[in-house]
Amino acid sequence: MELKLADYKSDLAPDWCPGCGDYGILSALQTALYKLGVEPSRAVMVSGIGCSAKTVHYAASYGIHTLHGRPLPVAQGVKLAHPELTVIAMAGDGDGMGIGAGHFVGAGRRNPDLLYLIFNNEVYGMTKGQASPTLELGAQPKSLARPNIQSKVNPLMLAFAAGFTFIARGYAYDVKNLARLIQQGLEHRGLAMIDVLQPCPTYNNLHTREWFAPRVYDINAEGYDPRVPRQMSDEERSERMARFTLKATEWGERIPTGVFWQAELPSFEERLGGFLPGYPRAAPATRAPGGEAERARALMRGHRVAE
Amino acid sequence: MGGMERPKLDDFTWRVGGPQGGGIETAATLFAQALARGGWWVSARREYHSNIMGRHSYLDVRAARRPTRAFFERVDLLAALDAETLVRHLGEVKPGGVLVYDPDAARRPLSKLAMLDGAAYERISRTLGGGDPQVERAVERFREAGVRLVPLALAPLAREVGEAVGADALTAKKTLNTVAVAASLALLGYPLELLDAAIAAQFAAKPRVADLNRKVAAEVYRRVEPLAGAGLEPVGAPGERIYVNGSHASAMGKVAAGLGFMSYYPITPATDEPFYLEAHPEAGVVVVQVEDELAAVNMAIGASMAGARAALTTSGPGFALMTEALGFAGITETPLVVSLYQRGGPSTGLPTRTEQGDLRFALGAGHGDYPRAVLASASVEDAFADAALAMNLAARFQLPVVHLMDKYLASTTRTVEPFDVGAVEVDPGLAPPQAEGVFPRFSLAAEGGVSPRIPVGTEGAGYWITSDEHDEVGHITEDPELREAMMEKRAAKLAALAEWLGPGAMYRTHNPEAETLVLGWGSTEGVALEAMEGLDLGYVQVRFLLPFPDLDELLAGRRLVVLEYNQSGQFARLLAQETGRRPDHLIVKYNGRPMTLEEVRAAFEAVLAGNAGERLVLRGGV
Repeated sequence: MELKLADYKSDLAPDWCPGCGDYGILSALQTALYKLGVEPSRAVMVSGIGCSAKTVHYAASYGIHTLHGRPLPVAQGVKLAHPELTVIAMAGDGDGMGIGAGHFVGAGRRNPDLLYLIFNNEVYGMTKGQASPTLELGAQPKSLARPNIQSKVNPLMLAFAAGFTFIARGYAYDVKNLARLIQQGLEHRGLAMIDVLQPCPTYNNLHTREWFAPRVYDINAEGYDPRVPRQMSDEERSERMARFTLKATEWGERIPTGVFWQAELPSFEERLGGFLPGYPRAAPATRAPGGEAERARALMRGHRVAE
Repeated sequence: MGGMERPKLDDFTWRVGGPQGGGIETAATLFAQALARGGWWVSARREYHSNIMGRHSYLDVRAARRPTRAFFERVDLLAALDAETLVRHLGEVKPGGVLVYDPDAARRPLSKLAMLDGAAYERISRTLGGGDPQVERAVERFREAGVRLVPLALAPLAREVGEAVGADALTAKKTLNTVAVAASLALLGYPLELLDAAIAAQFAAKPRVADLNRKVAAEVYRRVEPLAGAGLEPVGAPGERIYVNGSHASAMGKVAAGLGFMSYYPITPATDEPFYLEAHPEAGVVVVQVEDELAAVNMAIGASMAGARAALTTSGPGFALMTEALGFAGITETPLVVSLYQRGGPSTGLPTRTEQGDLRFALGAGHGDYPRAVLASASVEDAFADAALAMNLAARFQLPVVHLMDKYLASTTRTVEPFDVGAVEVDPGLAPPQAEGVFPRFSLAAEGGVSPRIPVGTEGAGYWITSDEHDEVGHITEDPELREAMMEKRAAKLAALAEWLGPGAMYRTHNPEAETLVLGWGSTEGVALEAMEGLDLGYVQVRFLLPFPDLDELLAGRRLVVLEYNQSGQFARLLAQETGRRPDHLIVKYNGRPMTLEEVRAAFEAVLAGNAGERLVLRGGV
């Protein structure tokens, strides 16, 4: 049966505020899955806590709405148990860069084959607008009692340091380009992170749709090539890293979006497969039942007192 | 040494003590394997500091003509690899037993033992008459207590023997453990062939090391055998027996019940299990070391949601970090097994010492109300069976199961008959109906609270899972009626689980007709049963702490004694809560050391003699 875009939508109506950037992300996500022809039942979306976390309920796939900060570990568990599934983890900036920051680093070191979207609106929306880890030092959106006295973390730079092999930034109101980025991220073999700039019309009166619109631009359209070949000289690598850093830290009159970095590195599933016979073809959730007693006996054999 | 008396041949304990990192574990394994090959039932326990190298550690190997599950405070042969062992284990060799020690190492004052901490120094100094006594004075005390002294400098012997068989000085030093074992077994007159076979098996992967150690053993025998005045003989053949500890057994039980995924963050003493599985790909388990315990538990939950049989191991501090996610597994009805290896708490506590201090924690961990099962293993055999049972309960009833272990069980290795892996059923849980379209994963039409379950990713279907309260397909709800229905559905599982288990699986008894019953849980069973031999006592091992078995009839009219490893009597309080019965005597231990047969026997005798108070504290151990 031919899949339609509507097949990726659930019956539930979103309860986000009018004008929320989450609508754009949901729409881009559904478009990308539709364009790639991913069977809704073979996709698993995993979210954390907060407004962004509700996204999974509005998509027709398997949706797992986890705990605050924990979408990445749960998503990795799903992927490693059943590597054939398309797994998409998503988190708010508090989820991803605050309470779940340790997992961000851990996942980067492993490079599992999944996509990770960060809904970056610089505030904690669900708890009424506190500063998130991506809010600039000194900024004071209307819900803050005093200016923010903590510096912001840059998700792109952190992803780079942690070893993510696909690093991108999208803009929630540019659905077409965001869908394209998501598609590229899903096609990437390894861990893909997209930092999605997402205006919060209710609590972030500083970085609004109007503020972003004239600033965001597409670096790839301007000729920036993110691909990092497996083999290259130290000099070439240094040059790539410098170029990445310049773009990833650009923020102000011009705000870059697009793919910043795309490297080739074996996925975690491939690395596991090097040690575990049959994996990832035969994975814990996909292998044929039976053989348990034989596996336990194999362990016991090593403990025999005498041969 | 011609006058050495023949050791008591039906039950013999060897203790080896020395600095951590010196390989005394290898020594104990060799000793145990050599005896096991001669048909002895062997058990070995390990005591060590939270330290990589240098601090005092020791191992006991007990060999008997029948299976044993407990240890004595006083041993038959103590092999001291350093001077600290002599003073730490003062008074711990039976009269007529043997002390093997280095006379040169004993010629120094107590203050020169660099790893002896202040408290131990003060205590030992007092025992030896105060001041800064010579270690030799401790040797003298052993002699006065009727212990046969065998001054045999093991380190110089290793050098000498190494030279004789052509090894360089550094390599020779590494054979110290083999030298200690060979010297001990030669003194006992045990056949060299059995040690030789144990060495060959131990170093099978390293033929050159095996060869050197075999030569060393033979040379040590040649030199020491003339001193032997007694014979420790083989008593039979090992047959099919295996030599395993609690961590191995727990891993095997899970694998037999279909384990496919285990994530972990390193922590003592729980990491041995995943580490073991990592080293054995033939077990077919995806083992992932992760960034913290939050990741470990959530990753296992994700794997379980996708249909893998998933489990974790951790210890108190790690379990503390996992509690939020335990509730996540609870509300999302996700099968999850956590083997909780208890160690001395609170906080970092005594990382390498044993305790049963996490009972109340396991019962109540996490916020909110949700059903879970909590069971505790008493032995290596239990560890296998309980780990498998825990996996099946989690799958069948779709809930978290906490499997309580402890440091003592984790690091006590025993010969046992092979586990009956073929008898382990792999319970897949409720068979799902045909699934297509939106699937009511949390259907309220659920027998015993258990809704049919399909894993996420099942082709052609779909549903949602949320940590929020939810409706039948998994969407968030705050509807008061749905909330009540879902809470009641989940809560119903506990009664269904208890019924499915039946009382026979929830506790076991020994001599239940006795007027005085001792109740215990977890690893107290082994020491209790052996300590009460010949006494008019019965014993009840409570295997399930949640759901709790109905013990009213069994306990009616009896005098009750509770035996457990914690300060406050956590099980005694649970017993009171569940049965209304407070024990007449509470015997507890919380110094981190395993209960010895001598001290438990003395406590039981005091109870029976009527001169025991309500609370008895066991204080033995080094």
